[in-house]
Parts: sequence; C-alpha cells; structure tokens
Amino acid sequence: MKTADNLLTIAVTGLNAIDSPGPGIAVIRGLREGLDRPVRIIGLSYETLEPGIYMRELVDKTYQVPYPAAGSAALLNRLHYIHEKENLQLVIPNFDAELNNFIRISPELKAMRISSFLPTAEQLGARDKINLYRFGKEHRFLVPRDRIIYSPAELKECAETLGYPLVVKGKFYDAVLAYTMEQAEKAFYKIMAKWGLPVIVQEFIQGTEVNIAVLGDGKGNTVSAIPMRKLYITDKGKAWAGITLEDASLIRLAHDFISATQWRGGCELEIMRTKNEELYIMEINPRFPAWIYLSAAAGQNQPAALARMALGEEQPVFEHYEAGKIFIRYSWDMITDINAFHQVSGKGEW
Amino acid sequence: MYLRKNIATSESGFIFNPSTGDSYSANPAAAEILQLLKEGKTVSAIRSHFLEKYEVDPVRLERDWDDFFNQLKEAGLLEN
Repeated sequence: MKTADNLLTIAVTGLNAIDSPGPGIAVIRGLREGLDRPVRIIGLSYETLEPGIYMRELVDKTYQVPYPAAGSAALLNRLHYIHEKENLQLVIPNFDAELNNFIRISPELKAMRISSFLPTAEQLGARDKINLYRFGKEHRFLVPRDRIIYSPAELKECAETLGYPLVVKGKFYDAVLAYTMEQAEKAFYKIMAKWGLPVIVQEFIQGTEVNIAVLGDGKGNTVSAIPMRKLYITDKGKAWAGITLEDASLIRLAHDFISATQWRGGCELEIMRTKNEELYIMEINPRFPAWIYLSAAAGQNQPAALARMALGEEQPVFEHYEAGKIFIRYSWDMITDINAFHQVSGKGEW
Repeated sequence: MYLRKNIATSESGFIFNPSTGDSYSANPAAAEILQLLKEGKTVSAIRSHFLEKYEVDPVRLERDWDDFFNQLKEAGLLEN
C-alpha cells in the first residue's frame, strides 16, 4: 500500500482542452500513467472555462494564475500562495507565452524547492520564429527563407526574393498563404492587427507535414523523439487525429537539433518533407505539443520522463516506440455545477 | 524490385507504410502478390505462380501487373 509520503504534487498549465487545445490535459494523462507513485495534480488556469479545471478525475485542484502580460513578479507571488497550500514539488508550464516568466523565476522556484525542467532564455529566443532562419543557417538545418518586415511596402521585395505563394505569419501565431500582392497586403494588415509587428514573411515549402515531439536532457542527449503525421486537420490547422511514424531521417534530425541546441525539456519540431525527401524545419515549439499523450501510448512517456529528470532521478534514453499508433480527438459535453464555476470565477480556485 | 522492409501488410490486403503514415487497401489478388513479395519471392516467380494458379490471359496479366507495380512505386512502397 502506497502512503502519502511519496505523494508527488505537480502543477500543470494548459488546461484549455478546446478545439485548439493546450497540452496540459495530455501532459497530465502521461504523468498519471507514467510515474510509479501517487500524483496530485494542481491545475494552473487563466480562464474560468478551461475544461481541465472541471475534469476532477485528472486535475485535483485548480488555481487561477495571472496572465503572462502581468509579468513574472505577479506569477511568483501567486505561486507562493499556491505553494503554501499545496507544497508543490514540480511545475510544468505548457504555453509558449508563459515560458519567459517561468524561466525568469526558476531560481526562486528552486529556492522554494519547486523543480522545473525548462530551456534557457537563450534557447527559447534562438528558436523564436523571428530568429528561425538565422538559427537554421547557424546549425545547418534546412529552414524556409524569410523576411521580417514592419511595413506592407516591404512585401514587394519579399515577393521578388521569395516568390509566390508567400506565407505571412504572426510573431506568435497564425499563418496566411498569399498568392497575390493584394492577398499579401490583406494578410499583413490582418496579422499586424492581431499580433502586432513585426510580421514574418516566409517562403512556401511544398510537402508533407510531419511533427516530432522531442525531449532533451539539457546536455545534448535526446531522451525521446516521436514523429507523428496528422491524419485529420481542423480548420485551425490542428491535428484532430494523427499517427506515429517510423523514419530514421526524422529521428536523426531530432537528435541533431537536441545536440546543436542542448535543449532542456520538451519541444515540438514542425517539419515539411519535400518530394525530394528534404526535411525543412518550419517551426520549433518550445514545449510539449497537445498530442503528447501519443508519445506515452507509443511507448515513450515524455511527460513522465520530464518529471523524473526535473526531480533529479535517473531517466534512461528511450530506444523503441511503436509506429502506427493513432490518436483521435473527440469532443464531449462535460457537465458541471454553477457552484464549481462560481468558486473558480469568484475565488480563483476550486 | 522488393517491397520495402518496413511495410506492414495483412492477409486481408491492408497495407501500412510506417514512414509516411499512409495506408491502402489491396484486392485479394494484389494482397497475394504482396504476401509473396514479403516472403522474398522474385517478381518472375510470382508472375509464373499466377499464370499457373489462375486462368488468366498473359497479356492481361502483364497489363494489370505493370499497373499495380506503378501504383506501388508511386506510393513509395518499393525498393530496388
């Protein structure tokens, strides 16, 4: 019989299991299944209707945390409060936008005896969309050519150098394919209004998209790499179903990436494989993808492995996984009570 | 010409390419060809086997054969 002595309390963000989901729920499933001790999950949420808050079979208690824009001091302040109540041992942030704050406060978290397993601020910055081309050149990875622009007047030069169609991207999110100057200008204004400047204009690479969930130990070793191809895509471009692949060239690319960057933690490489079998890195997401539970299903439980490494435990490099494992997302009308919603919205915890 | 080593096939004619995630359905005759290819039989041995086993016009077999192998090649399921 296990006792509460070995209870592991882990705080996790990204509970928005919606049509464009955060990875939190998938991470929690991995943690619950992959760690050989009782786990208490503390959800950290931004919105009152993040479904994970109400999924009591997965999340024991949830606390609202301040939006990333409130800064790292506000986050630390809130975590102090949560830690006093819950005695957290580990925190796993799962959103791009919150990573900077968590990295900034990681020394304080360490002093509070809360572990984390995050990339450095330099690693985070180097793979940023704005720096991706430079990053690719430096490490000899194939990446699409791009231009970082601040005015629609620069689109003409982009079209001349990169050719149509152009991929017009926001600095955080969103991408629009533009086949004409008119479409490019429209996309520029739309993206600028939503995400601000600069806007990234990228060369279009034709091919098959493959994603790789990768876990690095921070010393250049790849603990796990699981390639996945989307089988069903939502109108937001998110995978609604996907399948694990077996491909040595994809695994090699993941290893090369980890060894070049010494990446610490989970990440997702978005790859485009061209007809000529070239592998372009289209984007590097600095956290686990929303489909990360597939890594556990395929035999390499990345969230649990990250937790072990964060706690300073032995984590061997995974060697095998199963190709042909499929995930299929589904939607489900969960029922909760007004009282629960009231606790979350009124008291900021439930 | 061989079927790539990592290609998974079933007796019912299901084909799965684990490198790309693509899957296909083959009819019974095609499934039998794939099974024989997997067993390491040569292309000419399989062709003779088909001519012996089934009542099939050699010209028709030739045409269907080329068509089928072109499809396999197109799908990236073959290697030399």
